[in-house]
Amino acid sequence: MRILSAYPTLLRIGFANAVAYRTEMLVWMLTMTMPFVSLALWSAVAESVPVGRFDQKSFVAYFLATIVVRQLCGAWVVWELIQEIKSGTLTSRLLKPIHPLVVYSADNIAAIPLRALFAAPLALIGITSGGTALPHEPHRVVALFLSLFGAWFITFFVMVIIGCLSFFMESSASIFDIWIACFMILSGYLVPLELFPSWVRGVAEVLPFRYTLGFPVEILIGMSSDAAIARGLVIQLAYGCGSAAMALALWRSGVRRFGAFGG
Amino acid sequence: MSRGDQGIEVAGLHKDYRVHRRKSGMLNTVRSIFHRTYETVPAVRDLSFTIEPGERVGFLGPNGAGKTTTLKILAGLLHPTAGRVVVAGHEPRLREHRFLKRITLVMGQKQQLIWDLPPVDTFSQNRAIYDLSRASFDATLKELDELLGIGAIAEKPTRQLSLGERMKCELAAALLHRPDVLFLDEPTIGLDVSMQLAVRDFIRAYNERTGATTLLTSHYMDDVAALCPRVIVIDKGRLRYDGALGKLVEKIRPDKAIVLRYAHRPDRAALERIGTVTECDDAKAVVRVARPDLREAVANLLLDPELSDLTIEDPPLEEVLRELFAQSAAESA
Repeated sequence: MRILSAYPTLLRIGFANAVAYRTEMLVWMLTMTMPFVSLALWSAVAESVPVGRFDQKSFVAYFLATIVVRQLCGAWVVWELIQEIKSGTLTSRLLKPIHPLVVYSADNIAAIPLRALFAAPLALIGITSGGTALPHEPHRVVALFLSLFGAWFITFFVMVIIGCLSFFMESSASIFDIWIACFMILSGYLVPLELFPSWVRGVAEVLPFRYTLGFPVEILIGMSSDAAIARGLVIQLAYGCGSAAMALALWRSGVRRFGAFGG
Repeated sequence: MSRGDQGIEVAGLHKDYRVHRRKSGMLNTVRSIFHRTYETVPAVRDLSFTIEPGERVGFLGPNGAGKTTTLKILAGLLHPTAGRVVVAGHEPRLREHRFLKRITLVMGQKQQLIWDLPPVDTFSQNRAIYDLSRASFDATLKELDELLGIGAIAEKPTRQLSLGERMKCELAAALLHRPDVLFLDEPTIGLDVSMQLAVRDFIRAYNERTGATTLLTSHYMDDVAALCPRVIVIDKGRLRYDGALGKLVEKIRPDKAIVLRYAHRPDRAALERIGTVTECDDAKAVVRVARPDLREAVANLLLDPELSDLTIEDPPLEEVLRELFAQSAAESA
């Protein structure tokens, strides 16, 4: 109950903090515009003949949707965790009668409106480009919002898992680098997954990366069937529960270690 | 909530750290990739003490003595290797929310204030986290404002505050939930003299108003002398002294310093007949005299018509502690 009553205040403070860091946030958001490069390349490729289901307009819609979804579903808790574990400033969070992950989650969610502001013009261009079929049936709209929340949820807890590894190693930033490299390829961030050979698609279907980005993007631009959406939501749920359980277990074990070795 | 369960009990506390050791040099660096050597370093050894509810106790020791480790164990941040610790009726290492609501730990070198926001935002966040009613929050904040004078500064971004202003707001943020037990680790570190006095006055006033049990570490002996009737001294993780501050001074330095001022250079030989002369220059002398001989010594000194001023002082606490640590080092050797 206390979490529910505290959450609005945590969101308000998180938003104020995001506004205070608006310049850093803008720079950080600009680092997420890599899909523009992909868009330029693939548009050139699709100039004369479509690539699979993608013509030029579909590529515009896809990559703009990619940027928008990444803005809405990104989480940076990994950096806070690594820095606070290493510097020992995590102690002030551990002294509070609330789980620190609740506060981190509020900080991350609170910045979404600011990032949505950045994403809004891109979404508008995407919509007017003619390459998208925005979901309008109620069940698809609901599925879109569920998939966006699922993508954020998995991303947040995976970032917590990577951050928590800093309890056990000098720094887990290198693990994050490995994650992000795999993410770039297997989430559909740089290349739509359906353009990969079937065995790569098969691998991407079972790994978590697609469910943090490609899956909601496909719903957003109307490239998924109802059956694919239902299957994707179930897989998202499984990854969400799995990553949250693993993050909490690692957190508990990490805090015990922090308690044993000092911060 | 009764004050009866606000005390602190520590019995047979041990804390060891496992530390990675590596010699310098490229070869050793490469070797450490495949084989790491660890060493167990005892930080606290067989430490026992009890602090009654409402007491103000100074926790002293040289750097690396185990003070911060002990405070972190008492606050539930570190787990003891062995021993029993009870704070306000709770076992700290379990970090139950009920326990965390009853304590606070202020570390002079670490902060909880949100750097880019005004302290009022941290206060609001703490109100939500500690589930404080608006009325109780407003009343406590008003009281803290009276004691600390934070009204205007609390609305400026934390990063724009001076160190002293920041520490005042840190104290307010740490005390908004009216904790029963305060752990203060170097709360005056880096502050100028007037701000040290302000913080000191505040800690005393808060303790007197609320009856909160207070355990304080500080390298500024003036803090300890002004605030703590009782001190616990540890060195190399072991208890060296636990008792009244005055008794510690008497035990370690059973003499007093008589500071004398003259119109011209004093007669050193005459002074040496009275006590041990530790300083003697053109117009000033310091004579150390055993406490039982003090009255007679002062009477003799006052017979000198050239004497213009006489004061009796305890040795500085720093000196007393230095001697205590030197004694314990000699015992260990």
